[in-house]
Amino acid sequence: MSDVAVPKAEPSVPRAKATPGWFGRALESDIFYSFRRSRLTMVAAAVTLLFFLLAIFASVISVQNPFDPAQLQLMNSRIAPLWTADGQSPFLLGTDEQGRDVFSAILYGMRISLAVGVLGVLFSGALGILLGLIAGYVGGAVDGLIMRIADVQLTFPAILIALLVNGVAKSVFGNRLDAMSTLAVLVFAIGLCFWVQYARTVRGSVMVEKSKDYVAAAQLIGLPTPVIMWRHVLPNAMGPILVIATINLALAVITEATLSFLGAGMPDTMPSLGTLIRIGNNYLFSGEWWIVAFPGLALATLILSINLLGDWLRDALNPQLR
Amino acid sequence: MLAFTLRRAFQAIGVMIAVGIISFSMFRFAGDPVNQMVALDTSAAERAEIRKSLGLDDPVPLQFARYFGNAVQFKFGVSYQFRQPVASLLKERMPATLELAICATILAMVFGILMGVYSALRRDTFFAKVLQAVSLIGISLPTFLIGILLIYLFAVVLGWLPSFGRGEVVRFGWWTTGLLTVSGLKALILPSITLGLFQMTLIMRLVRAEMLEVLRTDYIRFARARGLTTRAIHFGHALKNTLVPVITVAGLQFGSVIAFAIITETVFQWPGMGLLFVQAVQNVDIPIMAAYLLMVSLIFVTINLVVDILYTVVDPRLRSTIGRAT
Repeated sequence: MSDVAVPKAEPSVPRAKATPGWFGRALESDIFYSFRRSRLTMVAAAVTLLFFLLAIFASVISVQNPFDPAQLQLMNSRIAPLWTADGQSPFLLGTDEQGRDVFSAILYGMRISLAVGVLGVLFSGALGILLGLIAGYVGGAVDGLIMRIADVQLTFPAILIALLVNGVAKSVFGNRLDAMSTLAVLVFAIGLCFWVQYARTVRGSVMVEKSKDYVAAAQLIGLPTPVIMWRHVLPNAMGPILVIATINLALAVITEATLSFLGAGMPDTMPSLGTLIRIGNNYLFSGEWWIVAFPGLALATLILSINLLGDWLRDALNPQLR
Repeated sequence: MLAFTLRRAFQAIGVMIAVGIISFSMFRFAGDPVNQMVALDTSAAERAEIRKSLGLDDPVPLQFARYFGNAVQFKFGVSYQFRQPVASLLKERMPATLELAICATILAMVFGILMGVYSALRRDTFFAKVLQAVSLIGISLPTFLIGILLIYLFAVVLGWLPSFGRGEVVRFGWWTTGLLTVSGLKALILPSITLGLFQMTLIMRLVRAEMLEVLRTDYIRFARARGLTTRAIHFGHALKNTLVPVITVAGLQFGSVIAFAIITETVFQWPGMGLLFVQAVQNVDIPIMAAYLLMVSLIFVTINLVVDILYTVVDPRLRSTIGRAT
């Protein structure tokens, strides 16, 4: 669209002083233009940002630390949300069986969910990018082996692999893992599920890029292979990686929530949104709908807005769709 | 053609051997089978005796060969929690899972195709746009939330349908079916919808895209020029040509339906293989986990193989490209 009116220089060529700083360049980029034109995307970005902020400042915003037993009172158990007839003052979304404020529990749970999601995406991204770089640059038998594993793994659903990794980890480390180690196991399991897409994408771009002149030039001046791959080839494959990472964040959050819901994820002492939903599900029949409804709503909204962002980013970075 | 079939079959066997190695290492190294079998006060000598009698001090390749040989005959060892052979546990629960998966797939195909055709033909109507929006939300909602929502609506508030279990079942030999009793059918409705919803949105989007593609082709224009009725064009020509990829995707997805049944079965306490597997993960029951992995991989690999071969039989264009590629 804007390409027709204003012919631009190659956007990927960084110039040190002539152009304005990265922020100025970002403001007049095509991506930001397409961002401002889509109202739905702006709403989704705002909601995602809000959730991240709520998660980061959970301890400041919440009315109590829902996992400090000293702050809980059984007197306050099973209070309905504030706007219903039985609502009570500090508990905006009601309380659960043990007198925990549901709103505070959601904030803390969101923190765990997003932490596992972000760390899982970082881990799977690092693993996938590394394997993809190696496969694409080295080629031959190494490439064949890595891609074969990727093909086979792609036929298995992520949740099955995550459950298996989780079960094996529990059996190796014993069933008494503390909450932080469980979190690490979850990140590891999710990372192992989602590396394939990164590896395939990076391998594809590396195979295209490595026959280009600039790589030959870099080899000619004697740069070591890892430096060429990291500093010169990888930046040219960053666009698709960003899209995959965004969509995978939603997938990672869903996977973590599902594992926790199935009882194979975060324990009750340090619950994520999935754990909160599993706990709340037990009170569905006794009429305390708010214990499960609000964590569920928070999870669904979070995933929907990340998905919308991912969809938009995929279209915005794809020049063929413009 | 024969060479292609053979090569794919060898690949499938290779995958199964790889899965077998993973499954064996889980079985052998992740949990010590002896420690699970004996009491706390069993002496070291007795433990060594059991170890020897089970053949656990043989060389690892020999043990693997034995494990694989047993697995081919569906002997997967004994479950730690149930103290029963894993094979009979799986066999007992397989009908429940297969019935659920087949019902969900049929549901997804029928409604997915109907909704896809509608939203392709009446692209600009309000209802078609609603369907598109709903399908985006359907992809974003985790399966277990949909299940909880359905339970709350139809079991708690309205009280029309049961929220857990399989209802009454009728037994034919080792196969049990819930399709012949009223309570069984009622119990099947909510889990099938929950399990089928994701596939349904997938099929709907696929049918819509394929229909829009096909409606633009020359032979549809020619059919219009011949003066055929709109109905004959849409359903006789356009829909027929979209169905090949749709059936392929639905076939390939059947494996993931069985795997996703893990979640649905947990929400609805459906007594199938998935629930057994989740309980095994919670209780670190390695033999069940290893056996489930083998069974599900066998189903996946078989479906992939059959679909690949059928595809080349159905579509002659693929056959020529395969001939050139090799």
